[in-house]
Amino acid sequence: MGKLLKYLKNYKAQSVLAPLFKLLEACFELFVPIIVAAIIDTGVKAGAGVSYIVYACLILLALGVIGLVAAVAAQYFAARAAVGFSKELRHDLFSKLQSLSYSQIDSLGTPRMITRMTSDVNQIQSGVNLVLRLFMRSPFIVFGAMIMAFIIDVYAGGIFAVSIAVLCVVVFTIMLVSIPLYKKSQSKLDAVTTATRENLTGARVLRAFCKEDDEIEEFNARNTELKRSQLFVGRISALMNPLTYAIINAAIIVLLYVGAIRVEDGILTQGRIIALYNYMSQILVELIKLANLIITVTKSFASAGRIAEILEMQPSLSKGEPGEREEGAYIRFENVCANYGNAPVNALDNISFTAERGQTIGIIGGTGAGKSTLVNLIPHFYDASSGQILIDGVNVNAIGDEELRERCGVVPQRAVLFGGTIRENMRWGKNDATDEEIRSAISAAQAEDVLASKDGGLDGLVEQGGKNFSGGQRQRLTIARALVKKPEILILDDSASALDYATDAKLRAALKSLGYDPTVFIVSQRASSIRHADKIIVLDGGKMAGVGTHEELLSSCGLYREIYYSQYAKDGA
Amino acid sequence: MAVSRKSVLKRILKQLKNYKLCLAATIFFALVTVAGTLSVPVLFGQVVDLIVKGKTDFNAICTKFIIIAAIIGVTCLAQWLMSEINNRITYNVIKDIREEAFRHIQRLPLAFIDAHPYGDIVGRAIADVDQFADGLLMGFTQLFTGILTILGTLVIMLVINWVIALVVVIITPLSLFVAKFIASRTYNMFKKTSEVRGEQTAFIDEMIGNLKIVQAFSHEDENLERFDEVNERLTKTSLRSIFFSSLVNPATRFINSIVYAAVALAGALMLVLQTPLPLAFSVGVLTSLLAYANQYTKPFNEISGVITELQNAIACAGRIYEVIDEPAEVPDSPSALTMDKADGSVDFRHVYFSYSADKKLIEDFNLNVKAGQRIAIVGPTGCGKTTLINLLMRFYDPVSGNISVDGNNITDVTRRSLRSNYGMVLQDTWLKNGTVRENILLGKPNATEEEMVEAARASHSHNFIMQLSEGYDTVIAEDGGNLSQGQKQLLCITRIMLSLPPMLILDEATSSIDTRTERRIQDAFAKLMSGRTSFIVAHRLSTIQEADLILVMKDGSVIEQGTHAELLEKGGFYYTLYNSQFAI
Repeated sequence: MGKLLKYLKNYKAQSVLAPLFKLLEACFELFVPIIVAAIIDTGVKAGAGVSYIVYACLILLALGVIGLVAAVAAQYFAARAAVGFSKELRHDLFSKLQSLSYSQIDSLGTPRMITRMTSDVNQIQSGVNLVLRLFMRSPFIVFGAMIMAFIIDVYAGGIFAVSIAVLCVVVFTIMLVSIPLYKKSQSKLDAVTTATRENLTGARVLRAFCKEDDEIEEFNARNTELKRSQLFVGRISALMNPLTYAIINAAIIVLLYVGAIRVEDGILTQGRIIALYNYMSQILVELIKLANLIITVTKSFASAGRIAEILEMQPSLSKGEPGEREEGAYIRFENVCANYGNAPVNALDNISFTAERGQTIGIIGGTGAGKSTLVNLIPHFYDASSGQILIDGVNVNAIGDEELRERCGVVPQRAVLFGGTIRENMRWGKNDATDEEIRSAISAAQAEDVLASKDGGLDGLVEQGGKNFSGGQRQRLTIARALVKKPEILILDDSASALDYATDAKLRAALKSLGYDPTVFIVSQRASSIRHADKIIVLDGGKMAGVGTHEELLSSCGLYREIYYSQYAKDGA
Repeated sequence: MAVSRKSVLKRILKQLKNYKLCLAATIFFALVTVAGTLSVPVLFGQVVDLIVKGKTDFNAICTKFIIIAAIIGVTCLAQWLMSEINNRITYNVIKDIREEAFRHIQRLPLAFIDAHPYGDIVGRAIADVDQFADGLLMGFTQLFTGILTILGTLVIMLVINWVIALVVVIITPLSLFVAKFIASRTYNMFKKTSEVRGEQTAFIDEMIGNLKIVQAFSHEDENLERFDEVNERLTKTSLRSIFFSSLVNPATRFINSIVYAAVALAGALMLVLQTPLPLAFSVGVLTSLLAYANQYTKPFNEISGVITELQNAIACAGRIYEVIDEPAEVPDSPSALTMDKADGSVDFRHVYFSYSADKKLIEDFNLNVKAGQRIAIVGPTGCGKTTLINLLMRFYDPVSGNISVDGNNITDVTRRSLRSNYGMVLQDTWLKNGTVRENILLGKPNATEEEMVEAARASHSHNFIMQLSEGYDTVIAEDGGNLSQGQKQLLCITRIMLSLPPMLILDEATSSIDTRTERRIQDAFAKLMSGRTSFIVAHRLSTIQEADLILVMKDGSVIEQGTHAELLEKGGFYYTLYNSQFAI
């Protein structure tokens, strides 16, 4: 939390003023019982008369007005500070998340990042707001009431101290016991949620296996368990009200009894007894508020810790010094190894090859062979764990990520479009692309029919994630998106898998006649997609199993032969 | 299908019918609680009156204390019992509702499930039910006691001193008015805030969810700019809604202090002026009245909160009932046959089907499949391949025409027995949240360990299963997060290798498996398919060349059919499709 305090820096004044005004309000509240005591003792008993009473009541009213003004001011400053705090925090966090490297993204995972951005920030915002408003007020009233009691009468003060202690013990014990129980019942609820979701997503399979009745039975069991745990925790937290009520009233009994003795002795007056009685009633409300506040604050602290963890993440991509340009092939992999984290086996192991400008490089291999890893190294999405990758003689880590990525056009495996229009999506690679440029990219990506099928052409709406397009349509549009920026290096990471063979073939032909000659990397599981590449790299479990042209590999590489013939029956082709 | 608020209320009451006794008990305990809480200040007031310097009657005070202690004890017990009963009613009711909803989900036609986002239905069954429970609970605990407290306080104050009661009654509604005024002003602000927040969340969802693409296109700065713009708007609107809504508390507190001052003034004046008997007054009475004045506005605020909460709860209940009322699948007819083990002849006769009336899909579809035949279906996306599977499994029923298996119209057979005759592997692999073992045993729960391992070996999944941390007992995260797509597909194949149903449906069953593994399990597949009627949908033409009959579909109808050799010879659509594999 301490690390996040800097986000209050621009709201210093508000953060000080809010609790101050709250204190002011509380102070005036504490005067009320004293004035009531004065009304009774001086106004009524001592016969100071009507004017005194009216005067005292006007003061009561004035206290109320001042309290209101102070409270409104406090609420305003607290809201200002909390909202401003979370605004700046959100900005920094979003910007930080965007700067994470691929491996950091992998290790965090999307759901976690989204939770940090949304519910964690909100949690902190309400924490800050509440702390500014209540953290001073509640303890102040509780202890203020006690101090007032001590001022009125030491014995009475003692009773206050004891009852506050007992109340604290009871309130916090119940909370401490019930919080983990609530968590437990939350996890039971999660189980019920999972079952419900699962039965929707898996409706076909479950029905195909005639599992409906079993599922109902399982659900009912989970549901019953949920109910049990809810009842249990409900029973415990239901103790709070009756117990605190009993304690406060017991304290009042003691207070009145001791008070009676003290009045008899002439030490206390009746009016003061009433004041003490009023103070006692104030304590309970504030104590419960305080307990709730502590829960919120604990939650906020947890959220703050989680966010701080992200904000403190160091950029993990290496930054190389641009050294002497080394002469040689356009793109060179030199003994490159890659490892995600500290896995015992390298995802890529000692890969070396070269590619000339304008060449097409095919990469093939089974699942987990390291194909995607290899192409992800080129735009420096990941660091090579050893060896180096050179583009135009410069190590990729020395080029500068922004510049490097401007030069690369990537079509990822998962075809995702963003909410907006088709034009907006196409301009992702080039902010000022003209319609003409966009159309020619779309036509090269074989997506003209996609464009034609949507109302509005380039202004046609794309739903979030591109849900209103089929998988194949999305893939072609993502290819077009990468083509719009006319990249020097084009990477197609298994991005034509949803296309039928005919379209796939047309696409490859179009890539050959773009008018400029990008170096193209095609990752695929289909031999047909890469067989005409200038160079084919065959990967197996992260190792290079073969490199060469189709014909060369057919005669030299057993694995390539196996893949090829598994897709083309041996006698078929 | 919107359910009117009135009818929702009726159903909630019906749902509560089973808990009549509990309801009676909770009302009784609420009465006891309120009576107790209200009588204590009166008694304390009387004690204060007994404290007079030099004349304090300690015996009388002690008697009062004993009475007070007894009342407090009873009140506490009643309060606790009341919450216990309320919890019981609420949690039982929502358990009933959830079970009903879940049972109903199992009977909903797939047409409904496919057409509704899962999140929406889950939200209704979980979040809405929870909201409903909160409303119900608050309603029980605070509405009853709140109303009773207000009435009780009024009566007691009237009895004690009607002038002061009048003062309180006149001023208090102010607080309700103020609360209402603020609430109605803030409602729109909150709505605006949650709209903007929704917008921001959607943006975060989209951009953080696809961060890798964002970075690949160096789109960070543009995103940050857009984010800041939304963030700025969110800040403005949340400041307003947070500030204005936080005014309720100080405002009502202020009104409370007005009431308090007024009571003090009126009471003190009456004391000084020594008003005659019906209004005769003591310091103790003033104490009780001040205590009441302090408490009096609280139930008002609570009730206004409860009412919004209840309205919300009714809306939530309405959404749940909408799901429950959604028409279920046409049930199996009572005379439906149970088909034991089908031979596997399948007949489509003049089948018409479409998902929506305005978009024709399958038209006059006819197909005769003999037992044991292998039918391959090829064609571009959206041609109706998956629809055929939906019809075969009776996930959807044809609009007209009929489908029969072994000569029985499938609408005359129980769904259960029809479906258990098919083994289905879909492209969209789905695994249950549970262990690997549970997933494999889905189709044959009583299989032995040996049978299971054998099936896993046949589908080449045994090896990778053994590499998982707990082998067959490894828990698969929701929707198989810890497995690769290919591994998930292998598990789905293992499932049917174990259950060995008489007919098979393979929809792109090996699309995510790399070709080497695929080739290795082909043998097992071949063995599995021999003697079993199989329907195979595949992209890779190599997997379907050996089919007895290839159906080439386009736009919902079969445009070519025949064996691989026949179709190649014909030189039609299939020929082009097949040859495109070898083009550049």
